[in-house]
Amino acid sequence: MLRLADLGRRFGDVVAVDGVSLEVAAGEFLTLLGPSGCGKTTTLRMIAGFETPTSGRIVLDGRDVTPIPPQGRGVGMVFQNYALFTHMDVAENVAFGLQAQGAPRAEIPARVERALERVELGGYGKRRVQELSGGQQQRVALARAMAPEPRLLLLDEPLSNLDAALRERTRSELRALLKELGITAVFVTHDQEEAFALSDRIAVLDRGRLQQVGTPEALYARPANPFVAGFLGRASFLAGRVESRREETAVCLFPGGERWEARVAAGAELKAGAAVRVMARPESLRMRRAASGGGRGGRELEGVVTERRFAGAATFYRVRTGRAEVTVQGGGGDAGEGEAVYFRPHDDALPIAFPAEAE
Amino acid sequence: MSDSRSSGRGTLLLALPVALLLLWLVLYPNLFVLRDSFVEGGRLTLDHWRRFWASGTEVGALWASVWISVLSVVLSAAVGVPLAFLFSRYDFPGRRILGGLAAMPVLLPPLVGTISFLFLYGESGFLTRGVQVALGLAEPPWRLTGPWAILLVHAYTMYVYFYLFTAAGLSRLDASYAEASAALGAGRWTTLRRVTLPLLAPALGGAGLLVFMTSMASFSAPYVFGGGFRVLTTQLYASKLNGEEGLVAVEATVLALASLLFLVLLQRYEGGRQYTGASKGSGAGSRKRGGRGALLLSLLAFLGVGFLLLPHATVLLVSFVPEGTWTTEILPPVYSVEGYRALFTEPERLVPVLNSLRMATLATVANVAFAFAAGYLLARRRFPGRRMVDALVVLPWALPGTVLAIALASTFSVNEPLAGRFVLVGTFAILPLAYFVRNVPLVTRAALTSFRQLDPSLEEAAASLGAGRATALRRVVLPLVLPGLAAGALLAWVTALGEFVSSILLYTHRTRPISVEMLAQLRAFDFGGAAAYGVLLIALVALAFVFGWRRVNEEPPGG
Repeated sequence: MLRLADLGRRFGDVVAVDGVSLEVAAGEFLTLLGPSGCGKTTTLRMIAGFETPTSGRIVLDGRDVTPIPPQGRGVGMVFQNYALFTHMDVAENVAFGLQAQGAPRAEIPARVERALERVELGGYGKRRVQELSGGQQQRVALARAMAPEPRLLLLDEPLSNLDAALRERTRSELRALLKELGITAVFVTHDQEEAFALSDRIAVLDRGRLQQVGTPEALYARPANPFVAGFLGRASFLAGRVESRREETAVCLFPGGERWEARVAAGAELKAGAAVRVMARPESLRMRRAASGGGRGGRELEGVVTERRFAGAATFYRVRTGRAEVTVQGGGGDAGEGEAVYFRPHDDALPIAFPAEAE
Repeated sequence: MSDSRSSGRGTLLLALPVALLLLWLVLYPNLFVLRDSFVEGGRLTLDHWRRFWASGTEVGALWASVWISVLSVVLSAAVGVPLAFLFSRYDFPGRRILGGLAAMPVLLPPLVGTISFLFLYGESGFLTRGVQVALGLAEPPWRLTGPWAILLVHAYTMYVYFYLFTAAGLSRLDASYAEASAALGAGRWTTLRRVTLPLLAPALGGAGLLVFMTSMASFSAPYVFGGGFRVLTTQLYASKLNGEEGLVAVEATVLALASLLFLVLLQRYEGGRQYTGASKGSGAGSRKRGGRGALLLSLLAFLGVGFLLLPHATVLLVSFVPEGTWTTEILPPVYSVEGYRALFTEPERLVPVLNSLRMATLATVANVAFAFAAGYLLARRRFPGRRMVDALVVLPWALPGTVLAIALASTFSVNEPLAGRFVLVGTFAILPLAYFVRNVPLVTRAALTSFRQLDPSLEEAAASLGAGRATALRRVVLPLVLPGLAAGALLAWVTALGEFVSSILLYTHRTRPISVEMLAQLRAFDFGGAAAYGVLLIALVALAFVFGWRRVNEEPPGG
């Protein structure tokens, strides 16, 4: 439906977007995720037509739209600050796109009302934009963008100006609405939790480059590189060497002589003897107090608790081991700060092995 | 997120006429003046410059301009700064209203202010005669003429810069600075000297430069009160009347260079103006409430402001005096609305009003169209020559009206269409043209401010909803920019209505504007008639002020 082919954008010497290739299927909800300055907003603005790519193409429904100005693309956009027209009332805002499209005059009021009803703002047409709350404004912006029935809807951090509770509610309503109408959407955010909650697939960007595309579950469980691992959820890294390699798994040896079996990151070489960074999620590690007796097992690393943080459903421990620090979720008995502990992966969990030089 | 609004074809299509118009009407005429100062009878010469520097009168006029300006700064500061402290640091009954009224001299068109001083302190003015009668003197106690008269008018009209800048500076000054200083054991004077004034320095410096520039360019007061005492602007006018074209060009060049120097200084100063407090503490918190002192302060402020409003009251009073009825009395003995009736019924009196209305309206319409294009380009687009447009748009603000008039006069007195020169001098077109050029900075600034406040994503939203450039402009940009632009246009319109400095150099009898006619009636001792014009102008300016000033003044001049 939407295809980005080797899309690039530079501003002078700065490469904002560097050869991004990506496909979005009809009806899919794709999120561009990354830290600020990663190029996600620039990518979105190129799809909308506000920025001109310095290389590559944008193909929409099989048609190359790269040279076409925004008003000719049939792509709707919801802006971070909503960009509502303050000199018009709610209905006029929503009608704007229909009028620009040349919709029959008689049809417009009904279509506007329907668009407003969809976002639960039926009857709000005569209100002034300034009278509405932030959440209502956000919904007007959504109704306005969807009213002309765009082929593709772009959303630029549309939830970032809402408070936490409202954001969570709006999030699920937004997903339900888009899925119900079967709208193809590209969404930009820096919030991984939001990306997980909304997306069919997530494209992770860093420093202008596409790092990985996949379902939230795939990205979390099998990140392609340490950046994706660290950006999506909490990740701890330990340095070691590959002792032996067997297809998709490798046995990694740590300086203290401990051995972990780990899944080799997709596409990584990692022959025996190679330096490796082993990544583990907090919930995939288990920990016990060294004082609980029964000497250290072959897979267990030794460490000292430096911080203990209670987070309601679970408790997180920061454990210093050698030069690294790892985060372990729960299971520490009541290990206190400064106490020596042993930790290792759960029996059914495989940490991930990345080549050490890869960043 | 950087912008990609690079120079597309449409941008260039808009930028080209804007840049050409500025080059043609702002830069080009001034280059002619520069050229004329080096040319005599078709060949290059330094004669004019030699004559300028060799003549005691010429150099004397230059120095007079400089020292009058220096003293104007000192006197304006002496009036404006204490007033600002009084109104922002103390609380007393009537503070708000009086504080607002203290900015009233802004409402006096330059010539009207000067004339009101004549009615008040002139040889036959109210105050002069009052003192004369009270003391039983045979002669008036003073003559309002020469440098001291000019300084009096300057101090009165220009203290407003110091007043407004200081008040703005004080309101932004964090009260916690003064509190910290007091907590460290500093006395009131030490705090003022070591903390408050240094923090105000940028505001004071900015005001000082502005007053200096305004005073260098001042024409009305030296013209009416100078007598034999000449400053550069009046000397230039005299040379022009004498037909000394070469000397006029030298004088205009010297004036222009002095003004440009101060424009550069001012922009430097404003670039370094970072004196807001680090926290959000309020400056108003430090306002002292005097107990019994409050009444005294109130009285003091009331008297001070009353004094500042005297000129307005005077013009209003004199406007009701029929021609030839006021001779030796302290106050005019007869009052009537004859002056106003004549204004609207006698064709000879109405002509200047109609002239000014037509010429100001024409100029303002052009100003609005130009400012919309230039403001849009400067705020939204990148194009080659952007810096030049940015600079040329400010230039007429810095150049004295006298210089602009001379520049236009020398450029548009010859018919050379290929060189972009036409005979406009002596026609109806030259005054609207001068008004247009003089108001380019004001209206463009208003438009630019509006465009800058307009969120660029609004235009993007319109585009993503399928609206083309034209639709987006008409339905989104224009409605949102219009209020600011209209405010700027209103101010430009009243400025043009009362314009005097350029008009006096360019008018013909047929195209004479209100200000020139006002002066003519003054010369003919029809004070009532002159004052009636004055009241009309004050009323129009006041109206525009109420509607427009706040919007336009959100950005400092030259920005």
